[in-house]
Amino acid sequence: MENTNETYVLKMDNIAKEYSGNRVLKGVNLHIRPGEIHALMGENGAGKSTLMNILFGMPVIHSTGGYEGTIQVDGQDVVIDTPLKAMELGIGMVHQEFMLIPGFSVTENIKVGREISTPNLVSRIFGRSMESLDFEQMAKDAKKALKTIGLQIEEYVKVAGLPVGYMQFIEIARELDKTGIKILVFDEPTAVLTESEADRLLEAMRVISSHGIAIIFITHRLDEVMAVADGMTILRDGEFVARKEIKDTNVVEIAELMIGRKVEKLLDDDLPDNRVISEDEIAVSLRDYRVEMPGERVKGVDLDIRRGEIFGIGGLAGQGKLGIPNGIMGLYKATGHVKINGQELNLDKLGDALNHKVAFVSEDRRGVGLLLDESIEQNIVFSAMQTNDKFLKKIAWMKLYDAAAAKVHAEQMVKTLDIRCTGIRQAAGRLSGGNQQKVCLARALTLEPEVLFVSEPTRGIDIGAKKLVLEYLAKLNRETGMTVIIVSSELVELRSISDRIAIVSDGKLACILKPDDSDANFGLAMSGAWKGGEANA
Amino acid sequence: MNKKLRDVLFQNKVVILFIFLCVGATIASKQPLTFVIPELFTRIARNSFIVLALIIPVIAGMGLNFGIVIGAMAAQIAIFLTTYWGFTGIGGFMATVALATPISIFFGFLVGKLFNQMKGNEMIGGLVLGYFAEGIYQLIFLFIFGGVIALNNPTLMIATGVGVKNTIDLKDTVKYALDTVPMLTIIEIGFYLVLIGLVCSTIFKLAKKQTVDWKKTILSAAAALVVYGLTYIGPVEQFLAKDRLMLLSAIELGCLATVIWQALKFVRSKLSAGNAGALDAAVGAVRKPFNGKRALVNLGLAAVIYGLTYVPALYKVLIVVQLPVMTYLCIGALCCFNNILMKTRLGQNMRTVGQSRTVANAAGINVDKTRIIAMIFSTVLASWGQLIFLQNVGTLSTYGAHTQVGQFAIAALLVGGASVQKATNKQALLGIVLFHTLFIVSPLAGKELFGDPVIGEYFRVFVSYGVIAMALAMHAWKRPVKEKVETEKPDDGKKVEAA
Amino acid sequence: MRNPLKPLVDKFGLPRVIIVSFFLLLVVAAGGFQMNLMQLLSDCVRRWGMFGILALAMVPAVQCGIGLNFGISMGIVGGLLGGLIVIQLNVAQNPSLVAISPLLAAWVAVLLAILIGVVLAIGIGYLYGQLLNRVKGSEMTVTTYVGFSIIAFMNILWMLLPFSNGELIWPNAGKGLRNTISLAASFSGVMNNTLAFKIGALTVPTGLLLFFFLICFLIWLFMRSKTGIAMSAAGANPMFAKAAGINVNKMRLIGTTLSTVLAAVGILVYAQGFGFMQLYNGPMMMGFTSVAAVLIGGASPKRASITHVLIGTFLFQGILALGLPVANQFIPESNLSEVMRLIISNGIIIYALTQAKGGDSRE
Repeated sequence: MENTNETYVLKMDNIAKEYSGNRVLKGVNLHIRPGEIHALMGENGAGKSTLMNILFGMPVIHSTGGYEGTIQVDGQDVVIDTPLKAMELGIGMVHQEFMLIPGFSVTENIKVGREISTPNLVSRIFGRSMESLDFEQMAKDAKKALKTIGLQIEEYVKVAGLPVGYMQFIEIARELDKTGIKILVFDEPTAVLTESEADRLLEAMRVISSHGIAIIFITHRLDEVMAVADGMTILRDGEFVARKEIKDTNVVEIAELMIGRKVEKLLDDDLPDNRVISEDEIAVSLRDYRVEMPGERVKGVDLDIRRGEIFGIGGLAGQGKLGIPNGIMGLYKATGHVKINGQELNLDKLGDALNHKVAFVSEDRRGVGLLLDESIEQNIVFSAMQTNDKFLKKIAWMKLYDAAAAKVHAEQMVKTLDIRCTGIRQAAGRLSGGNQQKVCLARALTLEPEVLFVSEPTRGIDIGAKKLVLEYLAKLNRETGMTVIIVSSELVELRSISDRIAIVSDGKLACILKPDDSDANFGLAMSGAWKGGEANA
Repeated sequence: MNKKLRDVLFQNKVVILFIFLCVGATIASKQPLTFVIPELFTRIARNSFIVLALIIPVIAGMGLNFGIVIGAMAAQIAIFLTTYWGFTGIGGFMATVALATPISIFFGFLVGKLFNQMKGNEMIGGLVLGYFAEGIYQLIFLFIFGGVIALNNPTLMIATGVGVKNTIDLKDTVKYALDTVPMLTIIEIGFYLVLIGLVCSTIFKLAKKQTVDWKKTILSAAAALVVYGLTYIGPVEQFLAKDRLMLLSAIELGCLATVIWQALKFVRSKLSAGNAGALDAAVGAVRKPFNGKRALVNLGLAAVIYGLTYVPALYKVLIVVQLPVMTYLCIGALCCFNNILMKTRLGQNMRTVGQSRTVANAAGINVDKTRIIAMIFSTVLASWGQLIFLQNVGTLSTYGAHTQVGQFAIAALLVGGASVQKATNKQALLGIVLFHTLFIVSPLAGKELFGDPVIGEYFRVFVSYGVIAMALAMHAWKRPVKEKVETEKPDDGKKVEAA
Repeated sequence: MRNPLKPLVDKFGLPRVIIVSFFLLLVVAAGGFQMNLMQLLSDCVRRWGMFGILALAMVPAVQCGIGLNFGISMGIVGGLLGGLIVIQLNVAQNPSLVAISPLLAAWVAVLLAILIGVVLAIGIGYLYGQLLNRVKGSEMTVTTYVGFSIIAFMNILWMLLPFSNGELIWPNAGKGLRNTISLAASFSGVMNNTLAFKIGALTVPTGLLLFFFLICFLIWLFMRSKTGIAMSAAGANPMFAKAAGINVNKMRLIGTTLSTVLAAVGILVYAQGFGFMQLYNGPMMMGFTSVAAVLIGGASPKRASITHVLIGTFLFQGILALGLPVANQFIPESNLSEVMRLIISNGIIIYALTQAKGGDSRE
């Protein structure tokens, strides 16, 4: 914005978007020059994907009431209401998940849906879909596109056998092959690549931009931004923070801009705190801990969590923080050594963590956390019944459900946690997000755990319920001395409640910070500027 | 090399197993080849078309189409009506085809619509739908015909006037209607078709003001004329006047055609090397160079096969088998159609949809529409296939002819080595040969081995069910293994992504 | 102009509303033709008890997550073998038992048959469950064809098994077992006749209903036990169950085995009421009938309860029982009711499949 005379290939101004009353974008600007590599940065939920959905005219935008603001492509006002329109305007996207068909050849993949065909007698009667394909011409186009990005593979080989790194390039080749491409969006392209592959990709991006094609580069990795981008736009909480030229800024400033200090008090300070936390009493100890959770892989973490503390685990989505509790609970294959109160956990034995008095509230409430069709009562007592044989009565050799005991307990839990419902018989799936979270919490507490993992405790619940859940966790910790480990993407909430915060980046522990450490430190840790080491900034 | 061989054997394990079974059962049945082979060729003529109708849905990712039963029903409705109206001969057969086609297009559309509602459950859905359609079919034939729609024909209807008889004799109507088209007529029709095609395409091009390659057009017309003219030569005409072709003659003709084809290719490659080389380079097209080695192998093969016909034992078999020319041509045409379709825009869309609906969607392909079209193709082809079957058998078992159609066709396809995701013409044809060999010999083998032909019959039924069960289980079984490679976490990964 | 039926349709699904209306229509029609309603009702009740346990076999299968078990023929085969062995051993004719009471002998025979059937079904069900654990997501397709295959395979065995009792094998030295085996000399009608009483024209097969309700009660108890609850959770949400330390595959194994066992019991109960055991292709489509019954009762491929079984079997069998005489009034000696059965049972299954989105999608 500093230079209004400049020509932009894309100008998005004052873009705003509401999803059922919830404003996710609040007047965002995005200006891209031709041939520029422009980084789009921000935490999860900052509004990057919504902005891109608007740019691509995705149905999800237009079925929920459209957007506000203006979009200009090449100085012309445009309305992008379908993905097809975006394609016609020369806007392309390289997906994070590969949109490739393994059984097809490279050519076929590049040309999918846009095959070149020649008319024949039948097609003249039945229309274009019966035209025969011109494989030679298609191969020629494919070769040309591959050559542009400098990929040395034969266009007739099947994609199935190629290394992962190549697939990204084929995706790019497909976009380049589209005629009149002006803007290419890369959505976290390096997330699945090895380091050398990522370097090659960045190189290819430079080549593409030198052809005059602008690139919007969505990424979390600061080093990549510094290496390749010309300019950048930072979003935070749906708001436009800044547009900077890379040459005018530095890593620390970007990190600070991304995090920002949010004025939001989630916890009252008036809780009496008379805990004694000692370095010698370790509740959870991880050594060379690895978890194979798709999308949240943990690649070797060493960590000690002291008994009685509230410990936060933060980091960006996909970096592996969620893998830590899921692996301990046996939901995904985990290796390494885990000790709970000094006792070694058998990671291959399902339910062993539960037997060691570890409880877990999953981040995936509807997928893992609840039986949506079952009653609140069932949901609350289930784990305790299966693990501790509670709420069962023995008749002869049978262990039967003790409905009376369960009812008493469930009703009490509903009261303590203030779960808003029509009664304990209501199906859990019909509750609001916040109340569902409370049911999950109630089930974990019914296990009477010594260590409680809570994953994304406030995801998708409103601010009131958010406060209540966090306050209850703090109270629990203070009053019963339960070790509480909170895994969350929301740094604000971690910083308002935790004693210490571990930041996980790329499956490894980046560092452990104090809640009152500087924004820049948090920003740098989360953006992978520190890899597996101690703070050195 | 050893590993490669083992891989080939492993990949074709189903086929190999069935080859052994067939050979074993044939030996056990103690039947001479002069009995088995003619019987087999009759069955190939009857059943191939409907098996080939299964290929398109497999490619479009809808699995094995148990819904072809519905195509067969459409055919039977049509054949009943044309019989009632009194159409006979090849004209009657064409009328039946003309009637069956719109009915099956409509049914195919409905089935496609329904399958789009149950993506991923198409196979079980198709099976149940087959039974459901069976109910509707019986309702129509038992109660509506005669009950609601007055039909007055004592030879077709049950004595009470309500409901159609159990069997309808097609002997005086369309029996062998297609099988008995003389070769002469076929060539004549072919000649006119080529002419019409050339004229149409020329007019079309002229109308659209595109350039017309006059030289090529005239050459094609002349070639067609020459072929047609040949049929006026006495001995040729005599030979072609028949409607059946002896297998021996077919093989001889095949060998001859191979020789002529290779020679033509050789001449063409010489010519293009001489004067069109520069042009080729300019276009940048990669014309396949003439492969001398391959041509020699082909010629050698033709020679060996021709030589084999002089083996007395084989000769005896070869002169017994009479092929219905038109029917085999139809089967050949469907094979070509399946291949050519896959080289069109529509075919490519079907392949894409079959491989990944997500990618197809992202590439702007209308997934639902493509699937419906695939279903329509399959249903129409199945109805034609059933008509070919019925005209050969000569009787219509009103309530039984269609019941096992899907079952046996799918089993045949799978025996040939096809799977839920992949099926080719070759697999279909090989499968028909193996499956029907087993069908012919297993009751006889059962009688020889256990003293009871029923056991053999039960065995072949078991084979047809068992091979489908195995294919389905293997299809479902493979998936976790594949996922393991990708995510190293079989079922859980999927659930999370879904959630 | 609001359609007053709309909420009803929304709640129960269109097909169910149609089926219930159809049932009522049949009742009215039967009344209109001056048929003996009481006699028809006894027929309904008798069929209800006979088919009930076969339909009940769906409950553990659906609850443990394998979905509609079209492959109950696996269990049926076990039950049939049990019945055959008992007839071969002539248990019902055992002099010492008959001396006490012929009814007792018949009961011993049927219970022994059930016992043998259950033991076999446990073995079969275990293997079957192992298979199903490996084809997750495609269970319905696989179960259907595995079910068909086992019937076809047993066809061969029925020819070869060395049974020798005259009741079982073809007379005149034919080979193999008979197609339809009369139970008149063994346990035909033993449950139906026990404690049966008549109210006017209404016959109540007390023994049959008691046995049916007993099995229902046992299943109800099981579903409320620790294992039963864990099994239901494993079926409803495998990840949830895993998070609670439950071995999902084991639960599916238990559910499959239980379903198979119930099928074995169910076929014997059916056979004693029918008076015959049908071998060969007789039980081929039994799976479809059972599936249709629970679906009519309101079950889905994901949830099924004993109430669904009770309601669904009664409605389905009621329609068949009423349909035959009513159809005969329209067109004498027609098999309109058979056609009706085909349309209703398969129609409801198709409907259920279209409702269960993304059962086993392949993307």
